[in-house]
Amino acid sequence: MYREDSSRYKLFSRRAAILGGLQATLLSVLVGRMYQLQVLESKRYRLLAEENRINMRLLPPQRGRILDRAGLPLAVNRENYRVVLIAERTRDVEASLDKLGQLIPIPDHDRRRIMREIKRRRSFVPVTIRENLDWGQVSRIEVNAPDLPGIVIDVGQSREYPQGADASHILGYVAAVSEQDVTGEPLLELPGFRIGKSGVEKIYDLKLRGKAGNSQLEVNALGRVIRELSRQEGQAGDDVALTVDLGLQNFAVEKLRDRRSAAAVVLDARTGAVLALASVPGYDPNAFNIGLTRAEWQSIVHDPHTPLTNKAIAGHYAPGSTFKMMVALAALEKGAATADTRVFCRGVTQLGNARFHCWKKHGHGWLDMRGAIQQSCDSYFYEIAKRVGVDNIADMARRFGLGADTGIDLPGEKAGLIPTTAWKKRALGVAWQGGETLVAGIGQGFILTTPLQLAVMTARLASGKAVKPHIVRGVISGGVAKPIEIPEPGPIKVSKEAMRVVTDGMNAVVNSDRGTARGSRIKRTGWEMAGKTGTSQVRRISKHERDTRVLKNEERPWEERDHALFVAFAPVSKPRYAIAVLVEHGGGGSAVAAPIAHDILLETLKRDPSGYGDGDRFAEDGAKDRKA
Amino acid sequence: MNLGHAAADDGPLTLGQKLWQISWSLIFLLVALALIGLAMLYSAASGQWEPWAVRQAIRFGIGVVLMVAVAVTDIRIWMRYAYLLYFLALVLLIGVEVMGEIGMGAQRWINLGFIQLQPSEIMKITLVLALARYFHGATMEEVARPAHLIAPFVMLAAPAALVLRQPDLGTAIMLAMTAGVIFFLAGVKAWKFGLALGAGLAALPVAWSFLHGYQKMRILTFLDPESDPLGAGYHILQSKIALGSGGLFGKGYMHGTQSHLNFLPEKQTDFIFTMLAEEFGMVGGLILIGIYVLVLIYGFAIALRVRNQFGRLVALGVVGTFFFYIFINIAMVMGLVPVVGVPLPMISYGGTAMLSLMIGFGFVMCAYVHRDVRIGRHGSADG
Repeated sequence: MYREDSSRYKLFSRRAAILGGLQATLLSVLVGRMYQLQVLESKRYRLLAEENRINMRLLPPQRGRILDRAGLPLAVNRENYRVVLIAERTRDVEASLDKLGQLIPIPDHDRRRIMREIKRRRSFVPVTIRENLDWGQVSRIEVNAPDLPGIVIDVGQSREYPQGADASHILGYVAAVSEQDVTGEPLLELPGFRIGKSGVEKIYDLKLRGKAGNSQLEVNALGRVIRELSRQEGQAGDDVALTVDLGLQNFAVEKLRDRRSAAAVVLDARTGAVLALASVPGYDPNAFNIGLTRAEWQSIVHDPHTPLTNKAIAGHYAPGSTFKMMVALAALEKGAATADTRVFCRGVTQLGNARFHCWKKHGHGWLDMRGAIQQSCDSYFYEIAKRVGVDNIADMARRFGLGADTGIDLPGEKAGLIPTTAWKKRALGVAWQGGETLVAGIGQGFILTTPLQLAVMTARLASGKAVKPHIVRGVISGGVAKPIEIPEPGPIKVSKEAMRVVTDGMNAVVNSDRGTARGSRIKRTGWEMAGKTGTSQVRRISKHERDTRVLKNEERPWEERDHALFVAFAPVSKPRYAIAVLVEHGGGGSAVAAPIAHDILLETLKRDPSGYGDGDRFAEDGAKDRKA
Repeated sequence: MNLGHAAADDGPLTLGQKLWQISWSLIFLLVALALIGLAMLYSAASGQWEPWAVRQAIRFGIGVVLMVAVAVTDIRIWMRYAYLLYFLALVLLIGVEVMGEIGMGAQRWINLGFIQLQPSEIMKITLVLALARYFHGATMEEVARPAHLIAPFVMLAAPAALVLRQPDLGTAIMLAMTAGVIFFLAGVKAWKFGLALGAGLAALPVAWSFLHGYQKMRILTFLDPESDPLGAGYHILQSKIALGSGGLFGKGYMHGTQSHLNFLPEKQTDFIFTMLAEEFGMVGGLILIGIYVLVLIYGFAIALRVRNQFGRLVALGVVGTFFFYIFINIAMVMGLVPVVGVPLPMISYGGTAMLSLMIGFGFVMCAYVHRDVRIGRHGSADG
């Protein structure tokens, strides 16, 4: 028995030693693994733990304002009171909504959306019930707060355009970020964040946007915020100051309003600063921010008067007779004609088998260049266009800014079209026809321009400088005004004498007895304007109609009526302001466009916006800079 | 370590002598473990004694009394009732199984009011007693004969099968490994273990088909935890992040971000080691493992001093169970083995596991107190 037990004990001891060794080995594996995790790979896991724990929340910056040249607000931020529901603080979500429904209307489809969101999100996440509450609604909810568990009033920022539709095409609008806008910038992924989608809001979006702040939050595994670890405030966006004079802008829109579809541009002829840029009809940019219903959107998109298009920079129109200055200058510069070149107008010009009519059926008789501009004789310009050739006309038109982007700081500008023989061959594959040169001579045919280009052309005629249009004066960053550098415009490469002939002609258009726009002259001495009418044909006048009787504009359907144009500058003696007015299908330039241009230009002279001294922070800063 | 000399070789010991003989240093180590456990439970509840620490403290108090009571009871009585205790535990196991069948759901415990009694935990100790008694009575020649291994194998297989049905893979593995330790110490030849292991591996595909979906998932995610970081692999990944981010010295007591922000699952039970290692770092983890190693060494030293086979086998059987608890739990939270639901002994919240382990240590001490008692093949005094 004892022997048996002692051999058993020996075996037991040996095997216990093996067991102990095994256990020691296994424990060393554990210690090795601890070393691996807690020492060798600790850095990586520490990072992962921080990522788990810390949630960065962006603090959206306040968007910069857009101001007119005197500092009047065009786009501002308004406090947006909204009512949100935090499900976990209610006793019963439905009951809270029912009570709230007695204070403010909650439509059924909103209610369904709210219930859906509440189900989808965690119970501590606020769900928006309604935005843009007015004061009455806010105070009604606040007073009843004790009866509304889980209902909270929340203040956000929302964009507001106090001028409504008046400056809509300049300002553009802000709207929610769409998929193609996402650049990786985290701010853009913030729910409810809005960016500029058009106009200055779009071009200056980055400046206006500012820099996001952030808040480091400690969260638990469910995502609930435990506490804020640190907070870095964002930087509000810069204010953007425009060259636009708000009063003049409103005035211009008012003048165009009863025309169905029209545009007007007022420029400082010496600098290219845009003082007013109107396009009617406009749209209410506030509506885009709040969000349009499908029906509202459809009605805007399908409106034949295209309220979304900024016609001043993106509307293509044949310039009509406003183009005759370019033809005259080309002829003068190339020596194809002089101021004294006389042409006899008999009302129709023959070229091969084709007949080209003057607007005056029975002809003007003998005219020199000044007279031809004054009376806008088509026959005269058929003749000198034929002499100088389309390519020389195109060259002159380009010097005055036609046929190319003006480079204005607004999105969506169209380049227009100034045809040449080479262009036609390239684009259409057909040779240029002689008759087409004649048509080009009166600003019809292939030629397309925008009202802004016509205003630039007029400004260049008035000042003799190659001005470029711009609409932003500068940005105000942290209270410091930083003007945008505008290079001094160089002179137009056209002889002074030639310019003199043309501007004299334009003066005669308005201020002489036989001028086409004499009814619209500015009577105040020293403020007189010079201009040129234009009536651009939209349809071809058939031979039959010509033989019987050309229908008057009023007798045709709206879409077939002529576009009315007028370009002008003032004062004649010391040119300062240039204007272009276009009324789509408005009829004759002298009857429709010239009176509007007269009113706007007169208002411009009265306001003299370029002469701002008082309250102009850019002028003051400029003065300070000079002193320093 | 004071393994002091036996008071007398001759004659039964008095109660006073027995109390003197109890390894108080072992009790001291267990108290140290329990205190660490209470501190972690206090932290797990974010600085509250409720709901875990208080109850755990009460159970530990009860455990100490039971442990001492077991230790001073004559070892021959325990040997005599070894099979009976085993059968009682088996009946309880069948009981919960039957209750589950009747429709109370998959339940692993019997509610005794102050404790949720888990028969499977009791079985871990009674299986040790029963196997120790069997091999105490078997001669070396008998152990060498395969026919004599059928009875002990059935002793293991019956409860293991019941536990697997619950289903509790972790406990089944623990039972098998504990039995394996006793078989090994009793002198079963190594090649037989190889044979059993081979048979086990061959049966793996069959076993796989019996596994529940969540168990299969656990094994699959163990093999590739990053494949599903928000689903089933979440627990292992978050546990590794907690451990790794703890670094060498930890984030400080009650400052474990992973634990306190609830990224860590089951931090008061299975993943309590992770929490400790997050808050106290590798240093804290090593100290805890160090205390465990001291307990293990104590257990081995006792087993080697005992002069009867029953006591020796019981001592190392309990120590083996204790080791497997430690190893499986820590390896599990560090992503070395699949998550099978084994608590960290003396630290994790949970009554039955702690009480049965303390009773187990009562048997270890009992073996030490009665180390010089000689017992006949069938339990008679052999003085």
